[in-house]
Amino acid sequence: MKIFWLIGEKFLKLSEELGCAYKMFMQILHTFLTGKYDKENTTYQMVLIGVKSIPVILLTSAFTGMVLALQTAYSTRNIFNEPIYIGSVVGFSIVKELGPVLTAVVLAGRVGAAIASELGTMKVTEQIDALYTLGTNPIRYLAVPRFISMVIMVPILTIFADIVGIIGGFFVSVYKLGIAPVVYQNDILDYMRTEDLFHGLIKSVFFALIIVTTACYKGFTCEGGAEGVGRSTTQTVVISMVMILVSDYFLTALLVMFGVG
Amino acid sequence: MIKIVNIHKSFCENVVFKGVDLEIKDGETITIIGGSGCGKSVLIKHIVGLLKPDSGEIYVDNEEITKLDEDKLFEVQKKFGFLFQSAALFDSLNVKENVAFGLRNLKIMSEHDISEKVKECLSRIGLEGIENMKPSELSGGMKKRVALARAIATGPKYIFYDEPTTGIDPIMADVINDLIIHLQKTLAVTSIVVTHDMTSAYKISNHIAMLYDGKIIGEGTPSEFKKTENMYIKQFTTGSSVGPIKMKVR
Repeated sequence: MKIFWLIGEKFLKLSEELGCAYKMFMQILHTFLTGKYDKENTTYQMVLIGVKSIPVILLTSAFTGMVLALQTAYSTRNIFNEPIYIGSVVGFSIVKELGPVLTAVVLAGRVGAAIASELGTMKVTEQIDALYTLGTNPIRYLAVPRFISMVIMVPILTIFADIVGIIGGFFVSVYKLGIAPVVYQNDILDYMRTEDLFHGLIKSVFFALIIVTTACYKGFTCEGGAEGVGRSTTQTVVISMVMILVSDYFLTALLVMFGVG
Repeated sequence: MIKIVNIHKSFCENVVFKGVDLEIKDGETITIIGGSGCGKSVLIKHIVGLLKPDSGEIYVDNEEITKLDEDKLFEVQKKFGFLFQSAALFDSLNVKENVAFGLRNLKIMSEHDISEKVKECLSRIGLEGIENMKPSELSGGMKKRVALARAIATGPKYIFYDEPTTGIDPIMADVINDLIIHLQKTLAVTSIVVTHDMTSAYKISNHIAMLYDGKIIGEGTPSEFKKTENMYIKQFTTGSSVGPIKMKVR
């Protein structure tokens, strides 16, 4: 009997948390749509979230493209006795899946954790209460600038990741595997369509929403001093990563169903 | 005038208020005393609208604030200045930006006037020339004083002090007490102080109320509190472990 009670309690708590997170998301969206947000802070967040994430995104995507080219070459050589379709495999994998997913996962770790810990620290040190008493809505001042920055910067970073990943694959194909540059290029251009790029970019917007909503919610509801900040930060990263990977499947199925990529 | 009428509040199983009634007259300095965790800070957070009661009413200048929407509540909050227990200075901003924060939100002053106002507020609390320092470079006492400068910058009618002397040395605590009295005299504000420091309470207040077991169990002037026969108040003000208030040691 106790096990049912425990499961029920967990389920209720999860439902309550999801409801509160959804309510916060709607508050952020409403504030954004009414145009009541701090523009100076938004620019600062774009630099912090977007520009400063460029090196780590470029590094991870370049090596992902390179290893993908290498693995594809070994696999096709085993089956067909020669490395073929490397450009297509690298292009499709990077643009539709690995570009958006890896970018989102890296940003969940780098930016999601930073947002949750910063807002969480502000919460436990009463700085968020201080904002209220100084006539500032914390959603407007803290959450909306981060929301806008994420929704704009994640797709841009995904495009960078796509380009650098494909270039990484190109270098391995040409200089290590000895494939002619034009073959790699034709493998991509002959088979890929613009919809494939949009497929990845649409997913990246959803991933940005997942990261920023989770991070803001966990930050604003943080309790329990330094330990609470650590817990909120960890939960933000874990929840964001799991939700990115789970939602990726459903988003892919949905987008394919509607003919996007 | 602030009037609290029969407010009740619980956090899950924990009942904090069981019908609190309190009236705060304009121009007075009222100190709310009570043991740690009895709900003193929760009470003033209700008055400024940071928390909502489960039932009951709170009137600020005859306006009931517990059911106001966010925009109307922000209008009422313009009357308040709040000194938080932890000072709550914004880490990412320097002293000048912290003190100017509320002024910039009001959008009623030019940048030049804001700079002058910041200088004036810092001078009132005896900390000139620290405008460019970050909160991390300040001592505990300096942080509280800067937070006080931020609280008075917008010219509030009511100033709330949450444990103003906690966590600082006795001399700095007395400096803060003197500042509270000085601001009270020069700005003619209504001050609402929450503390369990009786030295401070007796020095700064002209009215004291004690919160115990979710209710206000006694009110009076400092001299009335010193002579009280109420066993709960007597035990608390004398700081005795013997009496009707039982502390859980284990």
